[in-house]
Amino acid sequence: MTASRPGAPRPEPAGTTGSAATATTAATAAASGGRGRRRSERVGPFVVFVLFIGLWYLVSGWAIDVVFGKPAFLLPPPHRVIAAGFLDNAMIRGQMFEGVWLSAQVAFLGLAIAIVIGTGLAVLMSRARWIERSLYPYAVALQAVPILAFVPLIGSFFGFDFTSRVLVCVIIAVFPIIANTLFGLLSAEPAQHDLFTLHGAGGRQRLLKLQFPAALPSIFIGWRISAGLAVIGAVVGDFFFRQGEPGIGRLIDVYRSRNDNAEMFAAVILAAGLGIAVFWLFGFLGRLAVGRWHESTGQR
Amino acid sequence: MAPDELADPVALRFDGVSMVFPDGTRALDDVSFEVRRGEFVTIIGPSGCGKSTVLRLASGLLDGASGTITVADENLGYVFQDPTLLPWRTVRRNVELFAELHGMAKPERARRAGEVLDLVGLEVFADRYPRQLSGGMRMRASLARSLALKPGLFLFDEPFGSLDEITREHLNEELARLFVSERFAALFITHSIYEAVFLSTRVLVMSARPGRLVASFEVPFEQPRPAALRFDAAFTALAGQLSAALREAHT
Repeated sequence: MTASRPGAPRPEPAGTTGSAATATTAATAAASGGRGRRRSERVGPFVVFVLFIGLWYLVSGWAIDVVFGKPAFLLPPPHRVIAAGFLDNAMIRGQMFEGVWLSAQVAFLGLAIAIVIGTGLAVLMSRARWIERSLYPYAVALQAVPILAFVPLIGSFFGFDFTSRVLVCVIIAVFPIIANTLFGLLSAEPAQHDLFTLHGAGGRQRLLKLQFPAALPSIFIGWRISAGLAVIGAVVGDFFFRQGEPGIGRLIDVYRSRNDNAEMFAAVILAAGLGIAVFWLFGFLGRLAVGRWHESTGQR
Repeated sequence: MAPDELADPVALRFDGVSMVFPDGTRALDDVSFEVRRGEFVTIIGPSGCGKSTVLRLASGLLDGASGTITVADENLGYVFQDPTLLPWRTVRRNVELFAELHGMAKPERARRAGEVLDLVGLEVFADRYPRQLSGGMRMRASLARSLALKPGLFLFDEPFGSLDEITREHLNEELARLFVSERFAALFITHSIYEAVFLSTRVLVMSARPGRLVASFEVPFEQPRPAALRFDAAFTALAGQLSAALREAHT
């Protein structure tokens, strides 16, 4: 009658990106906060936004000349940025939105590939300690090397257009996916593993019915972080790979070299907007997937 | 319930079982006992005396003991100290989990889940998630999950230890009722004297580590046991004897 214990649980790995969403109690506090708190939640962001715009005007209209002694064109005021980038010139506006669309495609394809590779590697590492110990250092190294040094090399191998841009996104986005997915896969409690052992569960059942569901909250955190990084990767790739259609990063570079700073800031805002959009999108998907049962995402 | 009830009346037998962990800790020393069908046997002892080791050995989660352990029925129920429900599954889907792991067909699974949820009074909460339940209800769900496979032998590892006194008494009464209606053999671990006397047909006292069985008490009260039994003079007298035996084992 003696049953052996395949796949006995192991303790968590050390090197995750500081985003381990361990479920504790947070749900009740939000509910009892009442009306006053909710209003301050709405007013706060508005006040900060107004302060930010005010500071921008203050610097571009006064401080840049008086305090820093620099020419005013370096930082145009917000309304000039909006007008130059999105209102005055239909051609520039078209360029901008085509650029951000192309960058979005690069980022999403890169992210998708990073998710497939990262999840595969995390599953592999979760199977055995020795695999984890053999592979994890390279994942960390990938994160630690200055990617900018490699980017030109990637171009020489894969050409200076779409493929290379996507590859930069993959390299930049894969580590948080590996780290968070692996952490999540190893987060199921030992007692829950015992249950699966008692009922003769095989490796596949254990993975699909225990480890993956338990990992979902951390998996979505990884995706969200990597989505933002993939957008940065798309912009960085643009600075080096100048063939093919120009993405938003390429436009930033072109406007800067022409001293069209209003257009440049407009392009930066658009690129940031893309990053914020994907961050929000993955946060939303995460809440959709685990919000019903996971306490940390439940009622915030 | 089991067809071989008469052929093999012993559900679990430990024969001269000793357990030494690889780090040298001696957990059990020459432990022998048996749990027969229709028996509810409780092992009571101080914390860390090796009680849980008995269950882990009986279930096969742990091996490496010397002596022989015989389990008549492969189909074991094991209720842990924590409910260990999967938080991403509703109560109903949690109760279906084991049947799912054993490859049982969906309609049969659903039928059994409905049955046992009814049995523990959770049918109304079947579609809630564990975090929406109280501690007592989670433990009921955990019980229902094991009941769904109709185990011949139930192992309980201090299942009610983290509940408040009132909830604990309620669940004791429910478990006593289930023992009568479902007719499983039970091996129960606790350090509560009253819980042991209320639930069991026999109580074994275990000494401090390394765990040894030092005393055995038959509990003669009739089944099913009413809540008021706890205030009976005979009940109190037996609890007193048990307490004395425990104290002796402890020193």
